[in-house]
Amino acid sequence: MDFLYVLMPISGVTIFWPGLVILGIGVGIIGGFFGMGGAWMITPGLNILGFPMAFAIGTDIAHMAGKSLVSTMRHGKFGNVDYRLGVVMIIGTVVGFEVGAQMIMWLERIGKVDLYVRWLYVGLLICIAWMVFADVKKRMSKEKAAKAAGKEIDKLATGIEWHKTFHKLKIPPMMHFKTAGFTCSVWLPIILSFLTGWLAGILGIGGGLIRMPMLIYFVGCPTHIAVGTDLFEVMISGLYGAGTYTYKGRTELVAAMIMLVGAAMGAQVGTVATKYIKGYGIRIAFGIAVVGCMISIIMKLIPRYIEGTKAVMDIASTVLILGLVFLLSLYIFVRMLQGAAKEVAAKKGKA
Amino acid sequence: MRKLWVKITGLVIMLMAALPQIAMAAADKAPPIVIVADTRKFTGWEAWFTNLYNESHIYFALLTVVVIPIVGVCLGLLADLIMSHIGIDLHSRELAEH
Repeated sequence: MDFLYVLMPISGVTIFWPGLVILGIGVGIIGGFFGMGGAWMITPGLNILGFPMAFAIGTDIAHMAGKSLVSTMRHGKFGNVDYRLGVVMIIGTVVGFEVGAQMIMWLERIGKVDLYVRWLYVGLLICIAWMVFADVKKRMSKEKAAKAAGKEIDKLATGIEWHKTFHKLKIPPMMHFKTAGFTCSVWLPIILSFLTGWLAGILGIGGGLIRMPMLIYFVGCPTHIAVGTDLFEVMISGLYGAGTYTYKGRTELVAAMIMLVGAAMGAQVGTVATKYIKGYGIRIAFGIAVVGCMISIIMKLIPRYIEGTKAVMDIASTVLILGLVFLLSLYIFVRMLQGAAKEVAAKKGKA
Repeated sequence: MRKLWVKITGLVIMLMAALPQIAMAAADKAPPIVIVADTRKFTGWEAWFTNLYNESHIYFALLTVVVIPIVGVCLGLLADLIMSHIGIDLHSRELAEH
């Protein structure tokens, strides 16, 4: 069974390559569907496969760039990417990320920064999860009220409508975002992307998990456009990150390529699935992913307060994340298959 | 107007020169250890690959930045072919919901 293992040229370790492909497929599906890189899902998987952690982040980012490119191309063809908005946001994201990263270096000198950062991350995820589920609840009550009145709810109706307040701020220059379908002050996406970039820099994450809800609730993008535009951002920041981490010698390119084989296929499945699932279906699944991520971080924090629980919590958080990746990607894959089968049957019926 | 353009160009050049430095400093969280790939285990392209890594991280980084998008596009096109063959419409999305 030697053919199932491959020797990594840089790190010199032997890795079970089908594991890398499977991991790539899982995170590819989820990434293409939610519009995020998904580093928090990949690291535990790489850990289990015996991948040296010194190379984990760089390898992850390198494969993420390729995967996001595949998803962005597909989302672009579906009309889900507002390139103008994406380009405007890059300014804020890059500057914010660097400010955040510099700040964390400064905080590291104070000490205990890791603990505070993790709690900040938990707090942020609680806010995002609350936003998502409060929005879903509000939309459902609007739907009920419309039904009770014998009407049908407007397809573009949303639960939380904070973006409408932000759109009222007429600070010049104003810009129209055609694909996303709104006009707002150009400062709104720049400032918000600066804040999400800053948070991503502080937390040491890519930022897709924060940017996607920000695009929906504060900027006012429809869910599908938020997913596509976020992936455009992930693609550019991924390429930049792949370059800088590889320059530091922390990328195992062969592993990234193997993962990319699975991730490129998975990304197509995840992206095509957005065709068949309504915006609010994506939001609910995203909320579940956020809750899973939050629980896994809390599990990593528990050993700091209760001694002797580290081994158990490490295993539990890994099982939780990989279980979540498996279940979510399975759900998206099944929904994509169902949707595709319906579409093909409808085409045959017409012919 | 010309002065303004000179100032803007100067600012952009300065920013472009400064940003990579800031970025490098910011991302330098990993412990400062030098990793050397063991080239003795490899022959052919793998030996060339590991040598490239050991000799120049800049060229290795350039190779990564070029290869990743090319492979991504190729694999994406392959997946496109398969899905189109199945009969899925890959050019439009009918669902229009917020």
